[in-house]
Amino acid sequence: MNRLLPRLLLTPAMATLFLWMIVPLAMTIYFSFIRYNLMQPDESGFAGLSNFEYFVTDPSFGAAVVNTVLLLGSVILITVVLGVAIALLINEPFPGRGIVRVLLISPFFVMPTVNALMWKNMMMNPIYGVLAQVWTFFGAQPVDWLTDHPLFSVIVMVSWQWLPFATLIFMTALQSMNHEQLEASRMDGANYLQQLRYLYVPHLARSVAVVVMIELIFLLSIFAEIYTTTAGGPGDASTNVTFLIFKQALLNFDAGVASAGALFAVVLANIAAVFLIRMVGKNLDK
Amino acid sequence: MTARRRSNFPLGMLALRTAAAWGVALLLFFPLGWLFLTAFKTELQAIAVPPLFVFTPTLENFHEVQERSDYLLYAKNSVITSVLSTLLGLALAAPAAYAMAFFKGKYTKDILMWMLSTKMMPAVGALVPIYVLAQKSHLLDTQLALIIVFALSNLPIMVWMLYSYLKDIPHEILEAARMDGATLWQEVRLVLLPLGMGGLASTGLLCLVLAWNEAFWSLNLSAAKAGTLATLIASYSSPEGLFWAKLSAASLMAIAPIVVFGWFSQKQLVQGLTFGAVK
Amino acid sequence: MAYLQLQGIEKFFGEHRAIKGIDLSIQQGEFIVFVGPSGCGKSTLLRLIAGLEHIDGGTLMLDGRDITAQPSSKRDLAMVFQSYALYPHMSVYENMSFALKLAKVDPAVIREKVERAAAILNLTTYLQRTPKELSGGQRQRVAIGRAIVRAPKVFLFDEPLSNLDAALRGQTRVEIAKLHRDLGATTIYVTHDQVEAMTLADRVVVLRDGQIEQVGTPLELYDRPVNQFVAQFIGTPQMNVVPYGQLPQSVQQKGPEAAVSGAIGLRPENVTVRSAGTTPVGGQVDLVEALGAETLIYVSTPGGAQFVSRQNERTGLRAGDAVSLDIDASEAHWFDTAGRVVAGHAA
Repeated sequence: MNRLLPRLLLTPAMATLFLWMIVPLAMTIYFSFIRYNLMQPDESGFAGLSNFEYFVTDPSFGAAVVNTVLLLGSVILITVVLGVAIALLINEPFPGRGIVRVLLISPFFVMPTVNALMWKNMMMNPIYGVLAQVWTFFGAQPVDWLTDHPLFSVIVMVSWQWLPFATLIFMTALQSMNHEQLEASRMDGANYLQQLRYLYVPHLARSVAVVVMIELIFLLSIFAEIYTTTAGGPGDASTNVTFLIFKQALLNFDAGVASAGALFAVVLANIAAVFLIRMVGKNLDK
Repeated sequence: MTARRRSNFPLGMLALRTAAAWGVALLLFFPLGWLFLTAFKTELQAIAVPPLFVFTPTLENFHEVQERSDYLLYAKNSVITSVLSTLLGLALAAPAAYAMAFFKGKYTKDILMWMLSTKMMPAVGALVPIYVLAQKSHLLDTQLALIIVFALSNLPIMVWMLYSYLKDIPHEILEAARMDGATLWQEVRLVLLPLGMGGLASTGLLCLVLAWNEAFWSLNLSAAKAGTLATLIASYSSPEGLFWAKLSAASLMAIAPIVVFGWFSQKQLVQGLTFGAVK
Repeated sequence: MAYLQLQGIEKFFGEHRAIKGIDLSIQQGEFIVFVGPSGCGKSTLLRLIAGLEHIDGGTLMLDGRDITAQPSSKRDLAMVFQSYALYPHMSVYENMSFALKLAKVDPAVIREKVERAAAILNLTTYLQRTPKELSGGQRQRVAIGRAIVRAPKVFLFDEPLSNLDAALRGQTRVEIAKLHRDLGATTIYVTHDQVEAMTLADRVVVLRDGQIEQVGTPLELYDRPVNQFVAQFIGTPQMNVVPYGQLPQSVQQKGPEAAVSGAIGLRPENVTVRSAGTTPVGGQVDLVEALGAETLIYVSTPGGAQFVSRQNERTGLRAGDAVSLDIDASEAHWFDTAGRVVAGHAA
């Protein structure tokens, strides 16, 4: 029986993934310890921990971390809470359910840049945007969202895009609920709220955990929306860690500092990843 | 199955729920719907105050956008990079998934978990090295760079999804083919492939969607020559005012095929993006 | 030289020795049944013969050829899987003709063979259907048909009836027996059901823990089991096996020296229930099972021994009634502490 064949088949994928993982990581670590400017690509020597220091003492660093946390936290909160609510709402059949589902999941497939510009121009523009018009309709002064509330605007855009993801996950999880359990609880006299508390929420707990972790990992890298709308500003009001690294790398061309920052981001992501991997691993055993 | 279940709610509640569900759905879909409508307006209609819901649609925006030579270039780049990266990814992922599904060994689970973990690293962590590598090998602003990066970014998902599809094919059917006298190649070609085609297609579709929408690497590694539609749209971000209808048309053309694909790949999305953690 | 010869066949799964040196000679045209409890290795042994698992030790000879290292596709064997393993994307006709197509047989010849097999199995009207559209019993027949069409050297069946309901199982069992009679093909059949073993086999191979416990005709195994395991495995209801110590003195006296810390084995039909006081062995009825054609009476004795008695007549006895047991010691099997037969029929 061939033991060679499976190894041979696995090699291309594993080798490329290995390189994809190791090479950038090794290079990032390397760069973070040297002074390296992309415009003058002659390396200029060991920099010790100065890149890390520089990155962390950047005046925008504190703001970037806070913004990242706010961004992540808000989007996750909004998508989970609303996602669960919507999933519960459409869990039971009703006329037009198929179409509603299609409408609900569409935002997730929109390109991030289109998403950003759509909101920036059509919704949030203080003169012609739809939100401005709605505000005027109710007699209030239109809000210049992107200038006055940049981080909030980004949060809105990203939440709108990721809400379908969360909703879809929760819808799937709800489908796998044990109907007999629900029927038994009804015979025991439970009303809907009680069913929610004792049956639905515990069942959803696992998928909530998955959604939170997946979003933690992917949302850390939010970039396109910020790049396309606020460019991190005004000032650093909507800069997150990813954008800060980008600024260092491709606007200041300082690869050393950017790499130091990147390692920081990688560590953050890995913490969330460890939990997710364990959860998926448990699922694989089934 | 749903017909057999009695609903938790009486009829009045049904009407309420229907209204609420439709309300939420329409509200959330509104920005997209507005985009759709604006694409068919003239520029003046697009910025009309109060906003116009009734107007005579025009196709002039679509014509104008298509006539811009760089729109076609960017569209071509999007198509080429997403299709080729998906094919490359499938070519790498399929053998690996096959090996793990049918030659399960001690390390299969560990390998899968490891592949998963490579996806967890945020793209920004690799930004500087990949940029430098691309710069040094003169691959900046080329389709090739994007194809490679997209393929590798999506590779873990592809392996994972193909593995779960292949695992669902009963071993015994392949053993039966073997007993019937099939060589390994005949086994794959005549039995495995027809049965696995659905899974292959779904996986490919999902990755097509992910590659098409990919913005991080597109924005950083490409510019005027290899830019994808994502970057083209981003370049419209400088506030030039009176061009929203055209922007809407361009955006609509950029997103429409993928949104439609997305409608058909809902299930794969859940499986692929949660790595099967949610069934 | 036997048609199919196994010599010293061994199989390891990691450190675990699953098949521990099997020797077996099978003649052409024989219907052999591998039987045994779960995990005894019967399916593994079948798969080793089929070539679906690698043989770690020993040799396998078929019709004079050493096929130990041959891949499945070259062994000229056909297998009917427990789950039928039909190709879901092919029609019944294509399923049955697949092997011949691979062998590049002339399409006209293929058509003739498939139609003939379909006629034997009553599948002619289903030839264009796909497996999805068939019932369990029909799928099973397609699986058998797939094997027949190839006219292989040996047919291998892996628990083919376990997925069928009871009525269909009995019916299909008869059909398989008739098929074997008509085609005369060498067959190896794996099952955990000893009724199938008893009714279908020319010879039965009883397996436990990767080793052969006994090989013989069904009745040989029934009348002369070589140990307690085989004795209790063959026969329904199970043979009464009672530890020596729980037996009444009158019965103990009839046993040989070697059985003193062992046990006695008695088939239910050799234990007769009589009215209380008529024999030295007294007991109390625990349960009566009236099956119509026969009646089973469960009795326990004051010494703690429990017996099942089988009789053809109906009874008015009920749980709690006092009875006495007539034990036919001439039909007894005596076992020593290791479970081997020491006196009685096979000793």
